[in-house]
Amino acid sequence: MNTRSIRKYVAVGAVAAMSIGALAACAGDGSGSADGKTTLTFWHNGTADPILSIWQDAVDEYEKANPDITIDVVPIQNEDFATKIPLALSSDSPPDIYFNQGGGLLATQVQSGQVADITELTSDWIGDLGAAAGNWSVDGVQYGVPYASQVVGFWYRTDLFAQAGITATPTTLDELNDAVDKLKTAGIAPIAVGGKDRWPDAFYYNTFAVRECGEDVLKKGLAEADLSDDCFTRAGQDVIDFIATEPFQDGFNGTPAQQGAGSSAGLVANGGAAMELQGTWDKSVMQGLTDTDLDPLLGWFPFPAVEGGDGDPSATLGGGDGFSCTQKHAQECADFLEFLSGDDIQTQLVESEVVAIPVKEAASAAISDSVIKSVYDFNSDAAYVQTYFDIALPTGVGSALNDAVANLFSGQGTAESVAEAVAAAK
Amino acid sequence: MTTTTAVVTPPVTTAAGPPSPQGTTRRRRSSLRKRLELLLLLGPATVLFVAFVFFPLIAASYYSLFDWNGFGPLTQFVGFDNYAKALGDPLFQGAIGHNLFIVIASLVVQLPLSIALALLLNGKIRGRTGLRLLVFTPYVLSEAVTAVIWLSLLQPHGVIDGLLEGAGLGGLVQLWLADQNIVMFTLFAVITWKYIGFGIILFLAGLQGVPEELREAAQIDGATGWQTTRLIVLPLLGPTIRIWIFLSIIGSLQLFDLVWIMTLGGPAGASTTMASYLIDRGFRRYEFGFGSAVAIILFVVCFVFALFYQRFALRRDTQGALTGRVE
Repeated sequence: MNTRSIRKYVAVGAVAAMSIGALAACAGDGSGSADGKTTLTFWHNGTADPILSIWQDAVDEYEKANPDITIDVVPIQNEDFATKIPLALSSDSPPDIYFNQGGGLLATQVQSGQVADITELTSDWIGDLGAAAGNWSVDGVQYGVPYASQVVGFWYRTDLFAQAGITATPTTLDELNDAVDKLKTAGIAPIAVGGKDRWPDAFYYNTFAVRECGEDVLKKGLAEADLSDDCFTRAGQDVIDFIATEPFQDGFNGTPAQQGAGSSAGLVANGGAAMELQGTWDKSVMQGLTDTDLDPLLGWFPFPAVEGGDGDPSATLGGGDGFSCTQKHAQECADFLEFLSGDDIQTQLVESEVVAIPVKEAASAAISDSVIKSVYDFNSDAAYVQTYFDIALPTGVGSALNDAVANLFSGQGTAESVAEAVAAAK
Repeated sequence: MTTTTAVVTPPVTTAAGPPSPQGTTRRRRSSLRKRLELLLLLGPATVLFVAFVFFPLIAASYYSLFDWNGFGPLTQFVGFDNYAKALGDPLFQGAIGHNLFIVIASLVVQLPLSIALALLLNGKIRGRTGLRLLVFTPYVLSEAVTAVIWLSLLQPHGVIDGLLEGAGLGGLVQLWLADQNIVMFTLFAVITWKYIGFGIILFLAGLQGVPEELREAAQIDGATGWQTTRLIVLPLLGPTIRIWIFLSIIGSLQLFDLVWIMTLGGPAGASTTMASYLIDRGFRRYEFGFGSAVAIILFVVCFVFALFYQRFALRRDTQGALTGRVE
């Protein structure tokens, strides 16, 4: 064998060894606890400050207090969770603690058998979180813990409303239509909506359904994924009629909800549109998209009452953010979640305005902004909070509903088409 | 392969008598070595191919027979229902239509355009290198970057609208990405912008293979420039054109990144492609069994096309390379 071929064999051997090594590396990835230390993996969606630092600081503090625990923090872009979670939950090494919005989405994930039952582990303190925790239980079993509640309402620009001569925030649909007309006359795009992402479209159908349907009909319809009641058809018609008044910005079907200055949040933040129907988190999103201090410019009002509807006008669409545990380190995870639900971290979340409605009442004392306070009070006084339909329904059905509403926004479909799409996806 | 053997196995040139038993051992060792060499060279590639292409394909075709949300065991066997459901879904039919639109539009618009530009850039013009670089730049950008750039340019009241209005063409302004009747044309324009440079480079390379003598001979025979191009250059560019068509069609069938970033397949499914439909159903709706069926359909479409194209169009171009016959 001459040197040239020896060299070749070595090279080929090295390549082969590397590829086999690379394949082997894919196989085994257990969190080692050989030295008595437990490593937890923590997936959250707070990829930008302030929430990124809040979670990191909390982890640092927790690790200091619990030297035998190491927490591996993995911030993941919110939109990526949809693809990563199903893959992780069907693998051997899912994250120990992961971000979750509860409801039907959680119920779907529970079918993987990987999500831990933490009913007993949290029974001592979960009651302190009030009604919000209910959205993280499936058939009476607690599968997660929320850290924030949210409600959906209109964020609006007080300066643009004043410019258009609107003196009071709309409390009925007629008044809202009136405000839309005034804004149009003043040359201002009345409402921004992120139609590209589809779920913001669905907020309109969902809130109209909350106004049109009585609580029992609504809850039953969503629990059974059966929207055949007449009130859901009326909600569909309400959406069609509302779109017909042309209240939205130009090209709203191509507008994203939260990404960049051209998004619906960016439009309101920069004065390109007067209002937006969004969740409580929207204020912090908007502030991230402009250099102007929005505190004096933003106001909030709940979705107006709809005449003839069976729903309670104080009821609202909403939901929450929280975390779930997986089987392997359920106990350690539950302990960490108790720590996260503490008054201290809840207060930090409120002070940073990432969270408007904390799950711990004590933290509400930290609310300084009067608008945020009004959102908080509205939530406290609400007849009930209906979870976003796409989260409340099983995942496939929820997406089908969003798509069907988005089609209405593109002028396709009828008042019944949302109910039909839900029935077809069931 | 042959060269190496020649190097390591010296020809048996022993002067004395019949081949010694040592020679047989050596031959045996050499065949063993050849096998080892094959194993080492093909082994890693085979392992990777099986693990990342073959196995997923088999797994996907298995999943596609079940109603499965990605969690837990596969229990609900539905046979070919997922395939029937996909092919019967108007949204998926629309997606196939959108892919075909891109395929045909690419052939009709991009092919002549890139050949023309390549011919132009092949001539002796001032600043040729700079121009070549310029047309090739968009191709270097990743599809995601291209999508983000054009997304911001195409905003309502954005840069493109501003340019059109500034040029007195305000009447042409459209809701580029929000209008169901416009969105596919917008996407096609962006795809053309991105991939035209690739075609041009490919054809420029092909043009280098057209012997100057032939053109000169044609000129001497009194052929006009157009005649030379049509009768000499284009036929000799044939192999390059056929490869370009192949790459273009496969790319058009698999179109995803650009669509997903710019429109998410909307509005109302007006720009959904087969691949975006598959991701939407699989990952957003947790319909993994159904998504697998769509993936298999997409695979079969591409595979069958590739086979037929290889068999009927590319055969004469690849004959030498694949059969080892050097002509």
